[in-house]
Amino acid sequence: MTTIWAGIAVMAAGCFAFKLAGLSVPERVLDHPLAQHAAGLIPVALLGALIAVQVFGGDHALVVDARLAALGVAAVLLMLRVPFLPMVFAAAATAALIRLL
Amino acid sequence: MPATPSSRCVCTPCSGERAVTSDRSVIADSLGVGVATGAYGVSFGALATGAGLDVWQACVLSLAVFTGASQFAFIGVVASGGNPLTGALTAVLLGSRNMFYGLSLAPLLRLTGPARLASAHLVIDESTAMAVTRETTRQARLGFYWTGATIFVLWNATTFLGALAGTAIGDPRDYGLDAAVGAAFLGLLWPRLTSWGARLTALLAAAIALGLVPFTAAGVPIIVGGAVAVLAGLVRHVPAPEELP
Repeated sequence: MTTIWAGIAVMAAGCFAFKLAGLSVPERVLDHPLAQHAAGLIPVALLGALIAVQVFGGDHALVVDARLAALGVAAVLLMLRVPFLPMVFAAAATAALIRLL
Repeated sequence: MPATPSSRCVCTPCSGERAVTSDRSVIADSLGVGVATGAYGVSFGALATGAGLDVWQACVLSLAVFTGASQFAFIGVVASGGNPLTGALTAVLLGSRNMFYGLSLAPLLRLTGPARLASAHLVIDESTAMAVTRETTRQARLGFYWTGATIFVLWNATTFLGALAGTAIGDPRDYGLDAAVGAAFLGLLWPRLTSWGARLTALLAAAIALGLVPFTAAGVPIIVGGAVAVLAGLVRHVPAPEELP
């Protein structure tokens, strides 16, 4: 129990430090063209990795299940320019229905 | 929602630019993302107590750490019998991406002193994504604070409910909530895939992350996949000296 509290304390301090550091870095760091380019690439890369792990991630294994069908539905709806919220709800409903069957 | 202020140019694309977005739709989108993400705290609370944490620990985690992926990574390690400090380090490593989000947010939010301290806590995936994709500084701030505050309130409330209810509430996967998160991330990524460079970066990050899933601790594939893809994009794009301004 105590080590869990210690873990929580370490995590709270570390995560907050990273959040604050990002906001506190002097602006000139961002003036360099490479930094500008990196700032544009970072969300694209992290979102790409987050989607992949969110959809295929299992317990130390890759899993293909209802999440992939939901992502496919989301991609089609995005191509059709369906707004964000209906798209997300449709994806959730797809996965829920597949699991129900 | 077809209602738009008549004074705004929304009917035709203004000289190739995207149509103007109303403040109201920025707030509506932020609330929507906030509700969808905040509701997921139920599963965190339930999984946390399932992993052996008590209700207090689950709630303090959501209040003080407040970055979902890191919290899930921590209870994942604890649930599999790992040392909580190892879990904490994994979580902090995963939380390092919030620093990069802060880099993108700093010029939009322009914060100092106590406002910066308080706002830093709201720097997470969703609040950043709903801010940096906006066309004006004003709407970037609206997106950041509405999304961040909505998620903070709901995430903590639902963590408490989930922890109390434990597994009684049922599996959030039955409602497709896990799939909704992937779809939401895709919706946030979509407008950024305007160049082949961006598409390749996202695909490379995804491929590396998937390749690492079987071999690394939870959370590591996202960091490493993201970092390698960013480096690859930078190497490809190092500007020749004459291109520099």
